[in-house]
Amino acid sequence: MTRNLILGGLLSSLVLLAAAVSFLWTPFDHSAMNIPAKLQTPNAQHWLGTDHFGRDLLSMIMVGARTSIAVALVAVGIGMGAGVPLGLAAAARKGSWLDELIMRGNDLVFAFPSLVIAILITAILGPGAVNAIIAIGIFNIPVFARITRGAALSLWEREFILAARVAGKGAARISAEHILPNVMNLLIVQGTIQFSLGILAEAGLSYVGLGAQPPTPSWGRMLADAQTMVSFAPHLALVPGSAIILTVLGLNLLGDGLRDHLDPKLRVART
Amino acid sequence: MLRYALKRLLSLILSLAVASLVIFLVVEVAPGDPASFMLGVNAQADTVAALKAELGLDQSKPARYLAWVTGMLSGDFGTSYTYRTPVAGMIADRLWVSLPLAVYALTLSTLIAFPAGIYAAARRGKAGDMAVTGATQLGVAVPNFWFAMMLVLIFAINLRWFGAGGFPGWEAGLGAGLHALTLPAIALALPQAAILTRVMRSSLLDILGEDFIRTARAKGLTRRQALWRHGVRNALIPVLTIIGLQFSFLLAGAIIIEQVFYLPGLGRLVFQAISSRDLIVVESVVMLLVFAVIAVNFLVDLAYALVDPRLRSRT
Repeated sequence: MTRNLILGGLLSSLVLLAAAVSFLWTPFDHSAMNIPAKLQTPNAQHWLGTDHFGRDLLSMIMVGARTSIAVALVAVGIGMGAGVPLGLAAAARKGSWLDELIMRGNDLVFAFPSLVIAILITAILGPGAVNAIIAIGIFNIPVFARITRGAALSLWEREFILAARVAGKGAARISAEHILPNVMNLLIVQGTIQFSLGILAEAGLSYVGLGAQPPTPSWGRMLADAQTMVSFAPHLALVPGSAIILTVLGLNLLGDGLRDHLDPKLRVART
Repeated sequence: MLRYALKRLLSLILSLAVASLVIFLVVEVAPGDPASFMLGVNAQADTVAALKAELGLDQSKPARYLAWVTGMLSGDFGTSYTYRTPVAGMIADRLWVSLPLAVYALTLSTLIAFPAGIYAAARRGKAGDMAVTGATQLGVAVPNFWFAMMLVLIFAINLRWFGAGGFPGWEAGLGAGLHALTLPAIALALPQAAILTRVMRSSLLDILGEDFIRTARAKGLTRRQALWRHGVRNALIPVLTIIGLQFSFLLAGAIIIEQVFYLPGLGRLVFQAISSRDLIVVESVVMLLVFAVIAVNFLVDLAYALVDPRLRSRT
């Protein structure tokens, strides 16, 4: 299954590279309008064509990748930053009121699909990339809390943890020094998956106007702009759509590949 | 079983109470009060005060929360700030679009996922399995609103089999209504079908490795017989859970798909309400969606406990 890892890694690095390069160079200025050159299909000069303002689509896609990556990355960061300590704490105090509180709180957040959180936040703070990050991030917290707790619970039963307790280490120290390193693989895999979900969520939120606002380029908003022109300029929808699909596909393959690679038990079981 | 059900019911009520409180508090901290927003910047102070009194905004926050919650319990969601009509009626009208859409999509995704998942599991590792697994990888990576646009491009604009959007209303007949909801339902169903296919496949593969399948084979059943008589039925249990969970995601996902097809559902209502600061509508729609998620989870838990007695003693 290393094929997944390689293909996923390649696709993901391609997107990262495009975003990184866009800081230094893009084929054209992504916001420069050039009406005479509007709605061109892909050609030698504009590799992916131009939009209704004559802006170069490749440049917009490259800069838009930054928005997608930034939103998804920070959202995963929020989810991990809050979710992992909560999950560790819940597992360390299994069955206590703290565990109960954390898990019921998680259930509650799960009841709010990320889109609903985004709607609530936009209703209050107005639309924007930062608010999209908060919405996706909040939704990520219970995902990481639950997976951390689940994995940590089974680790707490193991002998090496018992040994650490006998050695006099407290629950917090055991969680940080012994539990966390052992759930890291799981978190990396889940992080990749949440990252790809974050890209999809950002695109969806921007599409309905709740995410990144003009002039920040965003794949979702490019699709929203393309909608009325799809009948005579389908490339306007095909280009950002393919960017999203390839990115998400790449990240998912990377996640699958990493899981197989990092978990030797699975590797044996699969074959 | 009754004790378990009561316990779950209690936690359902508690979750709903906390969720309503969270929604109310979150919306209450929103800057800008609806009365001054509705009357514009040049409104006289006493006009604003009068409107506030009329909307009930002059009462204390706890009183308003209690009024909102007790109202909802009796089916009264309050009065829309902008339309001056009962919110419950507005939601009910829109629900007649969003709910059938979600059910339609769920049906489609199940109809696709069951055969695809069973087919893939039965041909594990062979070309057919690879094709299905590859298709599901692609299915979860495609944003459904983009897929919706492609469906419009192909089936509405080029082939003219369907309209590009809009909804004639159920008054136009069941056939016309379903026809208008077909493309949205397909778009909504695609990612869910991909997920469900994966769950069906892996659940069935787990079951096929169990001892009782080996026993069935040892008794002389063919692979196919063992798969259908003993495998599929047992594999359905986790699949049903996912279907339950998906329903709430479909209801929320419909919000975006409704935008693509200009469907007059809950999504359109909530976006209009946000832009006109009609907070009571936003609050109520969000509460309704959260209620749907919590209630569906509750039902799935109960169904699970009915099927698997071991679960009743836990928690």
